[in-house]
Amino acid sequence: MLRITQLTKNFGRNTAVDAASLHIGAPAMIGIIGRSGAGKSTLLRMLNRLEDATSGSIQFNDREISGLTGADKRAWQADCAMIFQQFNLVPRMDVVSNVLHGTLNRRSTLATLFNLYPTADIHRAIDILDRLGIAEHAPKRAEALSGGQQQRVAIARALMQDPKIILADEPIASLDPMNAQVVMEALRRIHEEDGRMVIANLHTLDTARRYCDRVIGMRAGRIVFDGTPEQLTTDMAREIYGADASFSEEATSTEIGALDRSAKAAAVPA
Amino acid sequence: MSEMTAAHAQGAATAQIRESYMAQTRRKRLYGTMMLVVFVALMASGFMTAEARNAGGFWGGLHQIGDFPAALLSEAGEKLSELPANLVTYFPALVETINIAAVSTLIGGVGGILLSMLATRGLALWPRMIPVWRRLMDVMRAVPEIVIALVLIFVLGGGPVPAMIAIAFHTVGALGKLFSEVNENASLKPVEGLASVGANWSQRMILGVMPSVAPNYLSYALLRFEINIRASAILGFVGAGGIGYELKNAMAWGIGRYDEAAAIFLLLFVTIVAFDQLGSHLRDRLTHGRKEELLA
Repeated sequence: MLRITQLTKNFGRNTAVDAASLHIGAPAMIGIIGRSGAGKSTLLRMLNRLEDATSGSIQFNDREISGLTGADKRAWQADCAMIFQQFNLVPRMDVVSNVLHGTLNRRSTLATLFNLYPTADIHRAIDILDRLGIAEHAPKRAEALSGGQQQRVAIARALMQDPKIILADEPIASLDPMNAQVVMEALRRIHEEDGRMVIANLHTLDTARRYCDRVIGMRAGRIVFDGTPEQLTTDMAREIYGADASFSEEATSTEIGALDRSAKAAAVPA
Repeated sequence: MSEMTAAHAQGAATAQIRESYMAQTRRKRLYGTMMLVVFVALMASGFMTAEARNAGGFWGGLHQIGDFPAALLSEAGEKLSELPANLVTYFPALVETINIAAVSTLIGGVGGILLSMLATRGLALWPRMIPVWRRLMDVMRAVPEIVIALVLIFVLGGGPVPAMIAIAFHTVGALGKLFSEVNENASLKPVEGLASVGANWSQRMILGVMPSVAPNYLSYALLRFEINIRASAILGFVGAGGIGYELKNAMAWGIGRYDEAAAIFLLLFVTIVAFDQLGSHLRDRLTHGRKEELLA
């Protein structure tokens, strides 16, 4: 399905992504981990074509993606939804309009200017919001919602695109643990129920372990680990994060449960 | 059984949300259509009124719109060899024009900063005086530069000083308004922090507000500088010196000095482009620190 070959991105003299190669054969839920600056975001942004690759290729179903321009590129972006850390909604527009933005690739500028979305699309947008449990907020402005709700609106916008791939760039980094769980469970459900490919950048190991079928570790722009969550040992994690022996998985956790775990671990020697 | 009822209630709630949102959308579309109809009607009627009052007639005169540029270009083309000499001749006048604009932008900018601080809620030294400062700025913006310049030329005689005063006066009002809008968006936290250490009003403004608003100030001031270059060129037409005076003489119909007019237009164009480039370069430099932090 998705094949990335020797993908490289340079910013001036800095190399953000260094000859990354990857093959994903079937829709899966994939987590990319690594510390900040490891090139995770740049990789996703290149997949969505928000960023142009310096060299290398991206192929989806044997179609070259990295060279698309103009309308072809925008059509690909409609097929490959992106969810951002800071939600990137239009704050002063209502929730349903934000979700309807997922159909912009199919609509003319004039139709969107006069808010002429088909009734069927509006109904579908509200159904998607209902599925994510935030239908009652439909007429509110996006800025009036909490972070977790806004992120679910962003997911609804992504679903409205009816995409083949959903990319999520640190979707839970701005959220508290409760909302983080709701958002991650929503992404997992989308993968399981709709069979869509989900690729998420995650900054914590335990989230990747808990929700993903496959984990990819990046360090300094290179892919240094690619395997199942079970194969990801503590030593491997230290390697990915470039940390020493004092590193423990709980220390990076945002899960509520992890607090208990580390409290127990601390309580044992005493 | 209860699950089924719950699912049913859920479905009903969604249907209701759909219905109310559709009603809202229909209302918005209706308003939009009405606005569009009113807008088109006003444009059409306004055009017809203007057309009726026009001395020549819009459609009748439309085909002549290119006559002046064509005459100017063809004459300038014939005397192309004299262009470098013309550019050299009028360069000192251009420098005078730029000087007028620069001095008036500086003076107007300083005055604008002061007035904007006094007229921003949350920052003002005397909060009750805010409306007074605002009206003062309105007055300064309302009086056209050319009126002030004409009065001052009558009093002080022709030359660059009346033009400078006239443009600076207008600039204080214009920049004061723009700066106070920037101030409104500035965070009050640093100001509060400085107040907590016992800083006085001017210290709070200079150290607490200026650093965060400086890039926006600069970008508005540079835009104003561009506008002031044009304003100072226009004031030349009424005898305030600079390149405008030369342009007025060169542009007169039928005396065969269009090559000089073309040279002056070229100088003005290059000047505006040069200051635009300089401005964006300076803005980049000033905001560069912030950009690097964002990327990290």
